[in-house]
Amino acid sequence: MANAEHVKLLGFWASPFVRRVEWALKLKGVDYEYIEEDIFNKSSQLLELNPVHKLVPVFVHGERVIAESFVVLEYIDETWKQCPLMPQDPHERAMARFWSKFVEEKILFASWKSMCSLGEEKEKAAKLTVDAVEKIEGELKGKRFFGGESIGYLDIAVGWMSYWLPIWEEVGSMKILDPLQFPALTSWMRNFLEHPVIKENLPPRDKMIIYFQKRSQEFSSRPRG
Amino acid sequence: MAEVKLLGAWGSPFSRRVEMALKLKGVEYEYIEEDLGNKSPLLLKYNPIHKKVPVLLHNGKPIAESLVILEYIDETWKTNPILPDDPYDKAMARFWAKFLDDTCMPAIWQIMWSKENQREKAIEEAIQHLKTLENELKDKRFFGGETIGLVDIAANFIGFWLGAVQEASGMELVNKERFPVLCRWIDEYVNCSVVKQNLPPRDKLIAFLQSRFSASSWKY
Repeated sequence: MANAEHVKLLGFWASPFVRRVEWALKLKGVDYEYIEEDIFNKSSQLLELNPVHKLVPVFVHGERVIAESFVVLEYIDETWKQCPLMPQDPHERAMARFWSKFVEEKILFASWKSMCSLGEEKEKAAKLTVDAVEKIEGELKGKRFFGGESIGYLDIAVGWMSYWLPIWEEVGSMKILDPLQFPALTSWMRNFLEHPVIKENLPPRDKMIIYFQKRSQEFSSRPRG
Repeated sequence: MAEVKLLGAWGSPFSRRVEMALKLKGVEYEYIEEDLGNKSPLLLKYNPIHKKVPVLLHNGKPIAESLVILEYIDETWKTNPILPDDPYDKAMARFWAKFLDDTCMPAIWQIMWSKENQREKAIEEAIQHLKTLENELKDKRFFGGETIGLVDIAANFIGFWLGAVQEASGMELVNKERFPVLCRWIDEYVNCSVVKQNLPPRDKLIAFLQSRFSASSWKY
């Protein structure tokens, strides 16, 4: 049976993209072998399995190799049917895909940029991030999770915001997640982080601060042009 | 009132992708042409986040982002599926559609808008990505196999718009010597009936692109 084949995940401890795949696997109770990659010294296995992007996460199920975290999430949901993540209704599924793309493009990359830049560039990126966060705040609409009463695809896709973003705010001295401005999101973050599966699957905060401080410094000291 | 409406733009590959999928599945729809230089209240209402085309309206509910729309269409109208059933094959199709949009297309546009001393590097990068794409095609008739699928629809920019961009700008990226397999796919693709019926008029597109390129400071 396909579901009984060996599952392997190549990842990196601080990556939000890898973590979302782990959350999906853990929520569904799927056993997997985790292989930690040094993304600054990529293994031949990683380069062989993801020659196109040379990035983690790389998901291996038997002979099948899949890269790109959102693609992996949908594969996992379609292969292991317990604890379904995507909604059933096609329109709701479209909304989950739309918003996960939106948050990835408009919040993740903008907040990363804000963390890594200085002065006016930092301010500009922070403002764009806040504008985007306003939109996703509106999507919660009084629900406990984006998925409704339980965690769904969109919660997992944007779950990094509950943990990585506050860390990036601290490292980059930006203020994005104002609880007064974003009460629904603040509540959601708490609910998400308190979920037993999520709580047990977060990288250590102090290590994260040190890691992202280093990354941010490297990024901002790169030559321009 | 039509059950299905599409807000689109004649020259947009993203808009045409959606039309291709609807036509392939025989879905009746009302097409509304948007003037992107003067966006309608309808567009701003139904896509307030991005304010872009295409926007699909089905029973009054809007969906934006062409790849999201394509998946919605495939899940809602089951005739002539554009995604395979098998989860792994489906994952591969999604991966390559994403590669087209997130990696290939930006690299191609980067050539057009890069400064002269950056242009060669930009061309090299685009060639690398197109070679990766060509490698995925191998000896298949289409990315989707015997019939066109999600990836072929998503690759409409490569299949048609790129040729127009090359002619309008004088830039040469894809030719038979460099990309024999991709060019074979392009020929097969543009002659495919559902594709042929869903392309903008070539000379109109070239004229439009020429005016865009000359309006900028870009000179190839």
